[in-house]
Amino acid sequence: MNTVLFIAAVLLAVAAVATMFRMMLGPSTLDRLVALDTLVAVTMCAIGTWAAFSLDTTVTYSLTALALISFVGSVSVARFRVPDVANPADKGAPR
Amino acid sequence: MTALDILAGVLILGGSALAMTAAVGVLRFPDTLSRMHAATKPQVLGLLLVLAGAAIRLRGHSDVGMLILTGLFTLITAPVIANRVGQLAYREHNVRDDLLTTDEMDGNAADADAGGTETDGGGPL
Repeated sequence: MNTVLFIAAVLLAVAAVATMFRMMLGPSTLDRLVALDTLVAVTMCAIGTWAAFSLDTTVTYSLTALALISFVGSVSVARFRVPDVANPADKGAPR
Repeated sequence: MTALDILAGVLILGGSALAMTAAVGVLRFPDTLSRMHAATKPQVLGLLLVLAGAAIRLRGHSDVGMLILTGLFTLITAPVIANRVGQLAYREHNVRDDLLTTDEMDGNAADADAGGTETDGGGPL
């Protein structure tokens, strides 16, 4: 069981690093928003794996809190962010 | 180690693998819509698998309900975020036209918020 959970933790760590690269590279804020969403989901996977590893159920509440906060955060960023292009109707070259 | 523990291990391993494929997709895919697709579908399925595995492993505790709640919240909120991000990405043209086979919102992107407007044939770009 421990070996399986260690492999899962390594996979999740690789996923987090890849997502962070996209968050740094991402040409637009939407890419960064998507990467941040993925990173939060990877974090939730990691917390679930930790709960399964340690049989410690106190962290399960933080899972629910993370799910709700990431939703509010993503919708707020998508709604209130400053657009990357000055005129959104101007269909320039794809970036 | 019982059969349920083995099942929990398989579920957690599969969920982590799906999360990693989602992260690779987010890193490697060419435009925002593709990245949003990668970040939404495999990611949610991977999270649900991990939560199911953790719930099986933590069976008997009273806190398993929070895991079920988390899965439900994720299922409800992920399509909303994907919808917002996809609409914004299309409106700001973070889409590579050469990767689209059909642009069904061509010509009435401004009416997208009204919802349910008829597409006039669309047609490939």
